Parts: sequence; structure tokens; C-alpha cells
Amino acid sequence: MSEEMPIVEAVNLTKHFALKRGLFSGADRGAVRAVDGISFAIPPGKTLGVVGESGCGKTTTAKLVLLLEEPTGGSIRFLGKELGGLGGVNLRDYRKSVQAVFQDPFASLNPRMRVGTIIAEPLVTNEAIEPPEVKRRIRNLLELVGLPDRAADLFPHEFSGGQRQRIAIARSLAVSPKLIVLDEPVSALDVSIRAQILNLLRDLQARLGVSYLFIAHDLAAVAHMSHEIAVMYLGQIVEMGLSETVARDPKHPYTQALFSAALPSHPEDIREDIILQGEVPSPVNPPGGCRFHPRCPFAMPRCTDEPPPLMLVEGRLTACHLYDPKA
Amino acid sequence: MTTPPLLEVKDLSTHFVSAAGTRVVRAVNEVSFTLHAGETLGIVGESGSGKSTLALTILRILPPAARIVQGQINFEGENLLDKSDSEMQHIRGKRIAMILQDPMASLNPLFSIGDQVAEPMRVHEHMGRGGAWARAKELLGAVRISAPETRVREYPHQMSGGMRQRIVGAIAISCEPALLIADEPTTSLDLTIQAQYLSLLSDLQKRYHLALIFITHNLGIVAKMCDKVAVMYAGRMVESGPVRQIFNRPAHPYTEALLRSIPRLTDRRERLTAIEGQPPDMTSPPSGCAFHPRCPKAIERCQEQDPPIFEVAEDQRARCWLADGR
Repeated sequence: MSEEMPIVEAVNLTKHFALKRGLFSGADRGAVRAVDGISFAIPPGKTLGVVGESGCGKTTTAKLVLLLEEPTGGSIRFLGKELGGLGGVNLRDYRKSVQAVFQDPFASLNPRMRVGTIIAEPLVTNEAIEPPEVKRRIRNLLELVGLPDRAADLFPHEFSGGQRQRIAIARSLAVSPKLIVLDEPVSALDVSIRAQILNLLRDLQARLGVSYLFIAHDLAAVAHMSHEIAVMYLGQIVEMGLSETVARDPKHPYTQALFSAALPSHPEDIREDIILQGEVPSPVNPPGGCRFHPRCPFAMPRCTDEPPPLMLVEGRLTACHLYDPKA
Repeated sequence: MTTPPLLEVKDLSTHFVSAAGTRVVRAVNEVSFTLHAGETLGIVGESGSGKSTLALTILRILPPAARIVQGQINFEGENLLDKSDSEMQHIRGKRIAMILQDPMASLNPLFSIGDQVAEPMRVHEHMGRGGAWARAKELLGAVRISAPETRVREYPHQMSGGMRQRIVGAIAISCEPALLIADEPTTSLDLTIQAQYLSLLSDLQKRYHLALIFITHNLGIVAKMCDKVAVMYAGRMVESGPVRQIFNRPAHPYTEALLRSIPRLTDRRERLTAIEGQPPDMTSPPSGCAFHPRCPKAIERCQEQDPPIFEVAEDQRARCWLADGR
């Protein structure tokens, strides 16, 4: 939604995991449609938040953007150019420009490496620089995330969860990336520490102009961090738009239910509950038509067989027949 | 309220003692609160604040290293700490039930759903198998499991996470307890499933006039579900009172900081007020008030003297020198 050339753009991105039975090319039993034709763009210095429940495809989306999974269909564009192939972006450049911070800082840092080595690893593998320069860069990175110099000589177990997440952030910043994929970066942290990390991430964005793809199930944290929000349900984006627009006045019935289910941050904030019936269906054989129709309180006959496209409704994109002007 | 409280915890302390007896962790430190029938209390705190140990102490299911060193747990007029182990067995599951965070860990994968829901009624109420199973089907219906007739014969692995947690709920209410303790009951559930579960718990509470204790790190659950809240920090109950009052006028700086550090859905991109530093290491807690190294309002006295409980408003208490009215 911005005039600027997006850092990363996903076009009709799709990932299906084939289900097969038997040792050798057994009978095809369909596919898990983890991500099914989603498109989005992340402009420089901005944050795109992705929300949805388990199985909606948000982590697969992160893996696709990080090239940890190969898409079944669609493509990723980096600064306007297709990835790979002839005349495409060099994958090495892309990997250097797109870094990640994961949920569990106890799993994402090697316990046998000193913090300095952990932070320097992306530097050493990507750039030919001299050891004194590496040392200087480590010091800068530690300072950037608010850790003391001496942290470089310690091991990860000597740090608390919040400090480890700072180390993971420092590592992701080492090669001056343009985009950082943040997959649930504060969910594993104590409540009193979360605000520290969220503030740090916002300060770094203001200072370095880095973009974020922020994935979390905590709606308030996503709304707080993101310029734009994409709401996913069963592998598809059902609503996407500016954070305030989507959070204040959601249009898609699923987004409405999701935001009404978000816990209030004050007893006087309590809103009318929309309790959805049933649970998220399996992405193996997602329902036909609109994938949300079996749980939708407003489902109409056409919802069962006609998948709604994303349409512009009051300043945001939403995929719902309720807002079709022709109907 | 003039009726006697259902549960009255007085000056309760639980310590963990190392094998050699040299190191002591004061996991629960002189905690007091009361709860009436039909009321909901939220106990909030970070990991290590002692909130789960408090729940385990009430049920007396502590690990061997823990010692209840002082206090009283008066439940339905009797002190649970005076009960023998076999007497406690008749209270647990019958008068006080508990729901844990991970439903897969609280259900036995080898027994059918029907057997597990029926078990407390067979043990505590000596019901026959047929009667208990018939009641189990009703309970599954009550926790909104569809087709209970077929589900009773199925096993935990055939259920989704939300269904498992509702089954744990059915087991908990099977003997119509007076008190239900829920320790992070929805942490492993998705948002819309969490909303279903919380609305189910409120319905069950109304129907059975249950007293509920929610143990959580999530202030949102407290805001939505609870009448009263107690905030724990480093084993101490640092503040307690009615939910609205505490959210509007917190007296303890920790409560205030915690409330300001959570993002609100409505005001975007305002900087959060973070609490600096880390929660204390409980093997060597800070001197004086345990929060003083992180407290933005700490005064000299806080470093030396642990504050007692001050009454700051009606029903609202805080352990903070700043609340000292004198």
C-alpha cells in the first residue's frame, strides 16, 4: 500500500505438503494446503504483522520468506526482482538481507559457542573482514541491543531469556539486513520482559530503517508493533490493511471473532463476545467455497461453493461475500 | 460479605529446602487471602513468583523438597494443614478440583475418555460403572463436546487440544467441587478456542456456584474473568484487591508497571513502559523489598526493610512502603 519499492513481495505464494502413504511413492492422499495463494508486500522500514491461529500457515509463510521451504507455487520478489533463475536476484544476497529471530532463545543459540562468536557468525560467513574489525562490529551490535561489551566472552547459559533474545536480535542485525522475520519473538519471555524487547525492536527499526515481518498470536502485541496486519485463516489471507483500521474495525467475520476473543487489557475494555462454534478445520481438506463458512455466523448459501476474492472494503482488503456490492 | 469465606489462607509460607538443608527458597512467603463461594480470584505473577507453588500448597500436592513452614488454609471451616493424607484424598477431586495447563499431560492416553471422566465419581461417590458412565456422558454434554455417546468410548489422542481441555474441565466438575483451581488453563489453546473455554468456565461457575482461582501470567484473563486479583512477586503477594480498583488505581509500583507494560489493542505505537532488569533469582533474593532493584519509585528504606501489608483502600492491600499512610 506504499509508493516505495517493497523490500520483499510475495505474489500468490503457495505451499502444499504432499501426503503420501507407503515407503515408495505410495498413493497420493492429497496435500496439506499450508499456504494457499497469498500476496503481500513489505515496504522499507515498515512492519507487516501476521496473525492467525495454529495451522493458519503463518509459520510456513515465515519459512517461505526465509527460503527454508520451497514454494509449490507463486513467487517472492526482492526489491522488485524475482528470486533465482536467470536475471534474478542472487540467493546469497537475499539470504544476507533477510534474517530471522525465533521464538525460543534457548533453542536458537548454540550453547557451546561464546556470544561474540554467535553474533559474528553471519558476518564471518558473509563478508571478508579482518578480526579486529569483527571485534569492533561485535561491540557495536552488543551496544545496539543494550548488552555490555563483556557479554561477548560469555556463553548463552549465563543469560536470562530476555537477554538471550537480545543476543538473537544482535546476530540477526550483524549483516545489516533489510528485513527481519520475527516469529513469536516475545512469546517465550516473562511478561515484564516482553515490553523491553518490543521497545528494543521498535527503537532498532527507527534507528536502522529495517523492515519486520512480525508473526505472533498475541493480537495486542501485533497491533502495537505493525503498520499493516494480515489475518490468516487456513492458509489464506482473509483480511489485510493498516493496523489501526483492522484492529479498530475488523470487517471479516473471522477477524471480528478473533479480535473479540483477544483478552482485554483492562476490565473496562471488555467487548461483546463472539464465540465461534467448532474448531479450525484441517488444512488437508479445507472446506470448499469460503474456508470459514462452517464456523461463520453470517454464512450465506453462496459461501459454501464460491470462494470470495480479496476486495477493497473501507480502506482494507477483505475476502468476504458480505461486502460484495453485487450481492 | 458476612458469610464466612469458603477459603481463607493465612500467613502461608512454603519453602523449598535443598537436600543438605543449607539452601532455602522462599517460594511462597506469608501469603494471605480469602475467597467466597461463587467468587473468582486471579493470581498473577511471572514464572518463579510462587503462584503455582501456592496452588500446589492449597491442594497439598507439593514435591518432596517443599515444606509448608507456617500458616493456615481454612477451607469450609477446617484447616487443610491439619488433615491426614487420606483425608486430603477425599477433598482433592471432590471438594477442590484443579485444571492444569497441558491437557495432554493430565489425561491418561491408555484409558478411554469415559473411564477418566467417571473415575472421580467412582472413587469419591462410590458410583457403579454404568451410573458413572451415564453421568460422564451428561458431563461431556455440559462441557459442549458434541456426540458424547461416541466420544466416551474414544481416547485422548483422538481429541483436539480444545476438546481435551474441556474433558479435563468435565473431570474437574464431576463431583461438584466447591473450589476449582485453574493453573494457566488456556495457555496452550488458540485464541478463539480460549474464548470458548473461558465462556464455558463462567457458565459452569454460575451453574455450580463454584469459587474459581485462576493462576495466570496473563492480565487479560484477570481483566475478563476475575472479581479479585492478587499479584505475586518473588513469593510475596505484593498487592490484592477488587479487579477494577487494582486496574484503575494500582498501589504497588510492580502492579502499576505490569499494567503499563502490556500493549493495548486500541492505542497503537505508543512506547510501552518496560520494567527494567530481571525477575530476581529466588536462591538469593534482594534485601528488603524484593522488587526494589527494579522499582522506579524505590526509596532508601526499600533496600533494607521488607514492607509489611498496608491497607490502601477498601479491600485493597499492598506490600509497599509508599502505601504507608502514616
